Amino acid sequence: MSQSNRISGGQIDRSKTLSFRFDGKSYQGHAGDTLASALLANGVRLMGRSFKYHRPRGPLSAGSEEPNALVHLRSGARQEPNTRATVAELFDGLEARSQNAWPSLKFDALAINDRLNTFLTAGFYYKTFMWPAAFWEKLYEPIIRKAAGLGALTRQEDPDSYDKGFLHCDLLIIGAGPAGLSAALTAGRAGAQVILADEDFRMGGRLKAETLEVGGQAGADWAAAQVLELAAMPNVRLMPRTTIIGAFDHGIYGAVERVSDHLAVPMKGKVRQTLWRIYSRRAVLAGGATERPIAFENNDRPGVMLAGALRAYANRWGVAVGRKVAVFTNNDDGLRTASDLRAKGLEVRVIDARKGEEVIDTSGRLGLKSVTIRSNGKVETIACDALGVSGGWNPNVNITSHHRSRPVWEEAIAAFVPGEDGPVGLTAAGAAAGALSTHGALATGQAQAIAALADLGIAAKADALPQAEDAPVAISPKWYVAGGKGRAWIDQQNDVTLKDVKLAQQENFTSVEHLKRYTTLGMATDQGKTGNVLGLAVMAGLTGKTIPETGTTIYRPPYTPVAMGTLAGRSRGKEFKPFRLTPSHKWAEEQGAVFVEVGMWLRSQWLPKAGETHWRESVDREVLATRKSVGICDVTTLGKIDIQGTDAAAFLDKVYANNFASLAVGKCRYGLMLREDGMVYDDGTTARLGENEYVMTTTTANAVLVFRNLEYARQVLWPDMDVQLISTTEAWAQFSVAGPNARKLLEKVVDQDISDAAFPYMGAGAITVGGIRGRLFRISFSGELAYEIAVPTRYGDALVRKLMEAGREFDAIVYGTEALGVMRVEKGHVAGNELNGQSSALNMGLGKMVSKKKDSIGMVLSQREALLDPNGYRLVGVKPVHKDGKLTAGSHFLAIGAAPVIENDGGWLTSKVYSPHLGCDIALGYLKAGDQKIGTQMRAVNLLAKPVQETLVEIVSPHFFDPEGERLRG
Amino acid sequence: MIINHPILGPRDSQEFVYLGAAEMMNRPDGMSAGIEEFHEWLYHRDNPAGEHRELWYHEQGDRSWLVVTRNTLTHEISRVELARDVAKAMGRSK
Repeated sequence: MSQSNRISGGQIDRSKTLSFRFDGKSYQGHAGDTLASALLANGVRLMGRSFKYHRPRGPLSAGSEEPNALVHLRSGARQEPNTRATVAELFDGLEARSQNAWPSLKFDALAINDRLNTFLTAGFYYKTFMWPAAFWEKLYEPIIRKAAGLGALTRQEDPDSYDKGFLHCDLLIIGAGPAGLSAALTAGRAGAQVILADEDFRMGGRLKAETLEVGGQAGADWAAAQVLELAAMPNVRLMPRTTIIGAFDHGIYGAVERVSDHLAVPMKGKVRQTLWRIYSRRAVLAGGATERPIAFENNDRPGVMLAGALRAYANRWGVAVGRKVAVFTNNDDGLRTASDLRAKGLEVRVIDARKGEEVIDTSGRLGLKSVTIRSNGKVETIACDALGVSGGWNPNVNITSHHRSRPVWEEAIAAFVPGEDGPVGLTAAGAAAGALSTHGALATGQAQAIAALADLGIAAKADALPQAEDAPVAISPKWYVAGGKGRAWIDQQNDVTLKDVKLAQQENFTSVEHLKRYTTLGMATDQGKTGNVLGLAVMAGLTGKTIPETGTTIYRPPYTPVAMGTLAGRSRGKEFKPFRLTPSHKWAEEQGAVFVEVGMWLRSQWLPKAGETHWRESVDREVLATRKSVGICDVTTLGKIDIQGTDAAAFLDKVYANNFASLAVGKCRYGLMLREDGMVYDDGTTARLGENEYVMTTTTANAVLVFRNLEYARQVLWPDMDVQLISTTEAWAQFSVAGPNARKLLEKVVDQDISDAAFPYMGAGAITVGGIRGRLFRISFSGELAYEIAVPTRYGDALVRKLMEAGREFDAIVYGTEALGVMRVEKGHVAGNELNGQSSALNMGLGKMVSKKKDSIGMVLSQREALLDPNGYRLVGVKPVHKDGKLTAGSHFLAIGAAPVIENDGGWLTSKVYSPHLGCDIALGYLKAGDQKIGTQMRAVNLLAKPVQETLVEIVSPHFFDPEGERLRG
Repeated sequence: MIINHPILGPRDSQEFVYLGAAEMMNRPDGMSAGIEEFHEWLYHRDNPAGEHRELWYHEQGDRSWLVVTRNTLTHEISRVELARDVAKAMGRSK
């Protein structure tokens, strides 16, 4: 019984037998087979169930256009849904399962849908599941999704890797059939850099499936010889198993290379697939053509397939899909199938629509048993197990319409060909351009390559073309067989039938775009490669319009489905985005620090000590220890920008809202940056290290944005200013040393005198640390006597260790971002939650900082009337009236007794911490007219909590701790 | 897309950050212009279907701000200039 339908010939390696399983049953095939060809060789025609009606289905095609034979390939974490059996390369141990069938492929319970087809016509869910609205999400949609569907995901993590890569070429050739090979030979011999990509695992295109001769030898042999010549050219890159998925701007093409899909498991160190971005100077589309079916009753049975596929299985794979074959055609190419199959010894009956013959029905639920033929009034039923259908060939114009060019109808071949306004630099050749003969393919491939290279100034020779057939396209359009009572399929993947198109027409969804959306014609994994043109031709017939008048929908990328993993590439898990480590990271790791992502950085969030079980224990300890003695914090992540030039001071006056020109050398100052709309977007301190030399710090989050904006100001707004910028964020390791003993600790480390007299509050300057150059800034975010000390990054690890060693006598600790946050809220400093992009300096209580004596970014529009509203939001401090009252950031302010409605909304709490110093929750918030409400009581209400959280609060100054700033000047 | 950088040659647009219409370069002077003029400049801009001059920043490159003339219908880029040169030609100085 093994390979009962295998016949002689074909390009398979019969010396290599491969075992595989389909739905649990074992079969054998050969190297060179696809899953579909191997199953057909074993007499298996039934490979799937349809999307809506759960109709038994077999392959319609022998290529990537396949709508029916979709399977789960592999098992476990490597299982992939919706894999087309017609392009899945067979390998030893391959495992596949059918999808959308339960309990089995032969007996599918949901085939009941097929009996209910009168209710399940186009748009049935728009009409049926209208009411009540709530039922849609909870009841209808889950049921429909379960019943109608394709493959399922395993929800296991994909164990394989995917890559992304970049390639460049003079000429990209898409498709390696006769046209593509001819173009590649022409361009390769001319010395151009050529990429030849083909989705198949073997190059040669249609020549592999034909008995036609080229240059006196079998077409497949000729193709193989040309591939060998091309492979020897160093300027030609052959990319089999590579699908060009889309044309993007400026000659950029996307390509998916299936590096390891033909193996059970990728080889060690190899990826499964690579997503290539190909930069081409010119491109030739030689993507061939796809045959289209004719719609007649029950034309979807396993065993009914495209005529060209039937002969591809015979010629390329040595497979007879059936022993008794019928061919239904409206053109001469169908006759080629008949003669090829007869030459293989099969019995073939031709039904030629051009002679008034047509197939009006078929039988055989799980596989074709007979066809009923009407021939000039006479009806007869003949037994057969394969039926080839040819309604003509559609050029694969898809990629030419990726920039919205519409294909144009060519009457002579009854098909759409590429429009004139396709992607710049792309031309079509061969069948893709409507040249459907072998000679036409060879000639246009050569001509388009010569023309494309001539554009680039590369001269290519027109070598004599090998002898090849040049038969005209003899076709008389025939789209569907009229008069049937049953269903005739147009789009098999979406179960769209002739009746559905008629219904769409009756209900006035006659435009092709409406037709598509109403019936789902042309959607899902195959994107209507076999059904689209047929569907719109039927619509044209129903509306009495011509096909050009009816028009066509256009195609979008990708050409064939692309796995999400391929698009993600290496950007998954920990590598989803890059992350940056602070200079003290290794040390902090040794201490068991808990890390948090801040922008791209990993920072210590807190550093637990032995015995601490709750994060608050660690954070409270870090805050208290810092305020009592001294604490150290890695602040390297803050953006650092060196600014130099004779106009540096004037430049700072432009980009900061407050005055900077008056800043003395050796001092630093807090600065506020506005957007042009007057809102604050960043803050930080800037130090003047020399007459024309400053160093600016930014927030961690905005380091990149501030630098970008400074470059904009320097290059675009004030281009004559002598200002130079460089980001030094990563050049300096910087630590905050804060607390009453900060100076004592630093005196042990810094080589210079840093007494209050020598290094006063807001002082800044160069120092050395054990001879290593460094910088010291006397600035404070914590409200303590504090410094920031910087050394070149490579000494950062050494410095934190040295600081901890020198600090041992002071019980120095390192604190993380949580303790940092607690101390800044205690001091009322704004940070990310307050710098929310919707708040002005006035809102923050910093309105006086905006100087109106100079032109700075955002100054003018910050003075808009609404932004100066005396009753607008003001930054306030919030304390619970009862010490155990809980606060939540995001809670809203309501007056006592006011209903929780938007009219009564007083503002919201922006940041909340537990203050170990005050022994209760404290918060900052924006409160309407907040400056006038200091000392009053309100409610902080969190309507999102269940039950609603309400806390009686006192509005206070945001400076909870040391409001006079005596500590930091100490 | 590929942007033909005047100094560095053709570069992938992924290396750049887009800002918006190059009209924005024409920032009024804050000491002479009032709120109305600033408002007009900041919020009112054309959105042409066709040729558009726009600002791009080569963030993953040499940090040049560029003025790119791009057709918004076809994405054809007909001209790329250093924004600093354009600004100076407009009379911007310090």
